[in-house]
Amino acid sequence: MATIRFNLNGKPQSADIIPEMPLLWYLRDSLGMTGTKFGCGMALCGACTVHVNGQAVRSCVTPVLSLTGKNVTTIEGLSADGSHPVQIAWNEGDVPQCGYCQSGQIMSAAALLEKKAKPSDADIDEVMRGNICRCGTYQDIRHAIHRAAEIKGGKA
Amino acid sequence: MSATTVNRRGFLQVGASAAAGLLVGFYLPEGSKLAAQTADAASARLNAWIHIAPDDTVTFMIHKVEMGQGTVTSLSQLLAEELECDWGKFRTEFPPVDKAFGFQGVVGSQSIRTSWDPLRKAGATAREMLIEAAAQTWGIDKSACRADSGVVINNSTNARLTYGKLAGAAAKLPVPTNVALKDPQQFRFIGKSMKRLDTPNKVTGRTQFGIDMRRPGMVYAAIARCPVFGGKAASFDAVKAKAFPGVKQVVQTSRGVAVVADNTWSAIQASRLLDIKWDEGLNANQTSANISRIFAERTQKPGVEVSKTGDVAAGLSGAAKKVEAVYEAPFLAHATMEPMNCTADVRPDGCDVWASTQMQTLAQGAAAQASGLPPEKVRIHSQFMGGGFGRRGMTDYVTEAVEVSKAIGAPVKVTWSREDDMHHDNYRPASYSKFEAGLDAAGWPVAWHNRIACPSITNSSGQPPQNGIDRTSTEGSHDMGYGIPNKLVDYHWTEVGIPVTYWRAVGYTQNTFFVESFMDELALAGGKDPVELRRKLLAQNPRLLGVLEQVAQKSDWGKPLPAGRFRGVAVVNNVGSYTAQVAEVSVDQGKVRVRRIVCAVDCGHVVNPAIVDQQIRSAIIYGLSAALKGQITIDKGRVQQNNFNQYDVIRIDEAPVVEVHIVASTQNPGGIGEAGVPAIAPAVANAVFAATGKRIRRLPIQLT
Repeated sequence: MATIRFNLNGKPQSADIIPEMPLLWYLRDSLGMTGTKFGCGMALCGACTVHVNGQAVRSCVTPVLSLTGKNVTTIEGLSADGSHPVQIAWNEGDVPQCGYCQSGQIMSAAALLEKKAKPSDADIDEVMRGNICRCGTYQDIRHAIHRAAEIKGGKA
Repeated sequence: MSATTVNRRGFLQVGASAAAGLLVGFYLPEGSKLAAQTADAASARLNAWIHIAPDDTVTFMIHKVEMGQGTVTSLSQLLAEELECDWGKFRTEFPPVDKAFGFQGVVGSQSIRTSWDPLRKAGATAREMLIEAAAQTWGIDKSACRADSGVVINNSTNARLTYGKLAGAAAKLPVPTNVALKDPQQFRFIGKSMKRLDTPNKVTGRTQFGIDMRRPGMVYAAIARCPVFGGKAASFDAVKAKAFPGVKQVVQTSRGVAVVADNTWSAIQASRLLDIKWDEGLNANQTSANISRIFAERTQKPGVEVSKTGDVAAGLSGAAKKVEAVYEAPFLAHATMEPMNCTADVRPDGCDVWASTQMQTLAQGAAAQASGLPPEKVRIHSQFMGGGFGRRGMTDYVTEAVEVSKAIGAPVKVTWSREDDMHHDNYRPASYSKFEAGLDAAGWPVAWHNRIACPSITNSSGQPPQNGIDRTSTEGSHDMGYGIPNKLVDYHWTEVGIPVTYWRAVGYTQNTFFVESFMDELALAGGKDPVELRRKLLAQNPRLLGVLEQVAQKSDWGKPLPAGRFRGVAVVNNVGSYTAQVAEVSVDQGKVRVRRIVCAVDCGHVVNPAIVDQQIRSAIIYGLSAALKGQITIDKGRVQQNNFNQYDVIRIDEAPVVEVHIVASTQNPGGIGEAGVPAIAPAVANAVFAATGKRIRRLPIQLT
């Protein structure tokens, strides 16, 4: 066991944990924060995407040990009430079907918009191809990202 | 809440207390495809409930479950329409599985079809009772009142009483019979793209899926299962597994060895450290090549006749030209995004199970059997599903969780790794399809013979085919919509040691690929345009012809495309709906790129156009993953694919633009969740032929 200190959704977090344990399982099992999903365990599907220092990372392969002093944001911390532009756009477009992959999709999209305020379709392909959706909501995700960029840019 | 009673007609039941409000239960016919749609009153079952609370909230105790297909929203529209609800005060809950609800499950794109009349009648009946209660309160005739958006209004005084205020009195009234349903012209919810009720919680991560369940005192488990189907653990050494941090216990289950830990990750990691000696059983030498060989051998001889029209032998011998071809399709995994999982708490006096399941009633039976408790002592708590696609119609993951909980005497969540999910699915069956057809001198088909070898899904589910026929193996072929004077479909039920089950659109997924591809071969052989040939053969099938004509028009069939793009077409009638698709593809250095799909669908009366559109687009992407990438292969009796790196699926950069055109219809609703799957593979394969001259007779489509 080891104690690892980092910031989680803006608050200090002190984790007493098996150091190799991936962040995904610390969030889900130790903290009961189940918005971040398990899909593959090998960074192949993107369902577990969170932000570490603003970058989208796959929490299923990110050991808690590597987080010392870093800022972690999960879907629970993206906004208090679903008011992040990406969530608003997702809501407007009724993007989710089963919804299981959508926390990861939203976290990937939110990180993309921090880097590129107005992403092209090619930008979206490059980043979002890491997130699988078996319900095939890709067309709606693409529209929602463009819409979120508008919302974020101040267009209602 | 007072006890409920079934009235003589068995259709509605009502019970209430003033505090609890109005509670209306109603009968819904459950449907296997073959089951009669009319229910004898005496055999009626109760399986859904309306609850109107004093605060005006209407809660629909929904007997179905949500796996993305939109049931929560679209079934609510049916009920709310006739109940004249305030949509903003409408809620849904999944009640525990109960015999009183009848058989519960979501399979075969049945939810809207089986709920269309009963849910509207239930809503209308409850509405009339609320109106009557208001009329009595005001001392006027009910004809002087109307219901609107959760209130009853006095037509002459404009006085208003909310449903919440009326519910207690309404519940004490006799249940009216033969209540009139609304004229569709008056629909406010049905036919409208109501926003999905499940969206807000799905964009904030709050939706609780089965895998998110947590219980006080719960432990976590992962199970190592024999890599060969049907094998068992002969002995095992758990020393290394037990030494892994967080591990509490190791117990044997009916088909493997479970590691119990204080977190999921330790359980999964330690399960891989188990040293297990497997008794691999009868299938230890099976390979995909051998399975293919078995199919080829079996189809040398006639199979059991499934459907027959005219005289195929005579039609073939009199034909001016003959065409033959052999097609094959592989096993496919479901690969739901949420891996299989189940939480169980077995106690001496009862058992609670929290599961994302498509088959709630079967889950209850499986848990009863595994726990040794009677079904009425088993409470199944249905959770949102992270995809189902047929996989969650099975109950193996429920059985295992119950076994582990019983063995350790504590609540436990068993989580499958993605590798477990890939290796221990029941698969879309591999299938083998031989065609022989004859054309007349003008190039039109006069004889059609299709012989199929395929493992039986019903047999895998414990019901061996009667007379050797499992129609899930031949659907899409024996019931194809084309008028050809001499037709024969015969079938070899062929078991190869690999468990199979329902996979979104079932037998249509492979047989529509076979039939629609071979139909294109006949078009070529007879010198016909693929649409022209289908148009002629569908002359007696107006709804299928209708979607064909619409897709031809919307895709500009026959008009020039940009350089390097090619089209293919396919049609299908499944789950009570009619679908036609045109795929536009390009092929670059052996890589197929699907650019655009145009789909026309006639699914009868549409409840929610946005959800129909979503489901068609969803089904097309699901089918396209299979068409371009999907295959489960077997070596030494083992599945060779482990995770998404070896069983890849369509991702956003490969997803074509999909245009859906819905045919306006007043026919009863058809199913929609599976309607879009079957035609995509043949539409793409036919476009690939147009592009390359290479006929794809084996899935997935691979040119290099």
